[in-house]
Amino acid sequence: MLKIYNDGGRITAAITGDIDHHAARELRSALDEIIFSSRPDTLILDLEGVGFMDSSGVGLVLGRMKAVKAYGGRLILKNVGSDTAEVLRLSGLSRLIAENRTAAKN
Amino acid sequence: MKKEIVNELKTRFPALSRNEGTARAIAAAFAMQRDPTVKEIAAVKTAVSEAVTNSIDHGYRDREGFVEMTLRLFSDGTLAVHIKDKGAGIENVGEAMRPTFTTAPAEEEHSGLGFTIMESFTDKLRVRSAVGRGTDVYMEIKLKGKLPPDTEDTRDA
Repeated sequence: MLKIYNDGGRITAAITGDIDHHAARELRSALDEIIFSSRPDTLILDLEGVGFMDSSGVGLVLGRMKAVKAYGGRLILKNVGSDTAEVLRLSGLSRLIAENRTAAKN
Repeated sequence: MKKEIVNELKTRFPALSRNEGTARAIAAAFAMQRDPTVKEIAAVKTAVSEAVTNSIDHGYRDREGFVEMTLRLFSDGTLAVHIKDKGAGIENVGEAMRPTFTTAPAEEEHSGLGFTIMESFTDKLRVRSAVGRGTDVYMEIKLKGKLPPDTEDTRDA
């Protein structure tokens, strides 16, 4: 599931649920719709409500990152849980994580 | 000490993507009897998800079929996960296991990291495959949680 918060140039997309191959397809088209209609300077994917993510989620993040980058925007990941962070680390995407869940609590 | 099978569960389900989450939940529930850590449960779910997704999205991309998942818990805490399909198979397993390798079309944005992630989250990974006959993924994850000594199962006579 996806909730969108639009703050001018910054759009936050809060994702909830598992990001797997099954969920990725729907998330991909929903996010692309936002990207292509609003072209945000910064697209923040808030993963606070994500309990699980596998390599299908990596594909989803990579694809959106490329789409945003193509017009000069950037993509940031927020509230990344430790297990998801490990999957991202293995994928070489750790640099996209702006703040993690533990840090956000302090 | 000889490893003995403590418990075993076999499931078989059609290759529908919604069953990826079902398979993860079943494997996680099965692992719970060993009182695993949160990290160990995450490893089980991730490894299962990657293997089942491979079967559904690659093995059965152009055909219908079933995925079989067998879970075994050994006396030393090893969880063995065996995921089999009778799908398309993998032509070159060595090549498929290299990071970022994918046979999926570009617009589907596969990261090609499935096997890399499986390898990272398991203690043992073995992949066997034959083109046209299917793929067989065997993984072991060591659960360090302790099975209390008084949980000997009672069996019906």
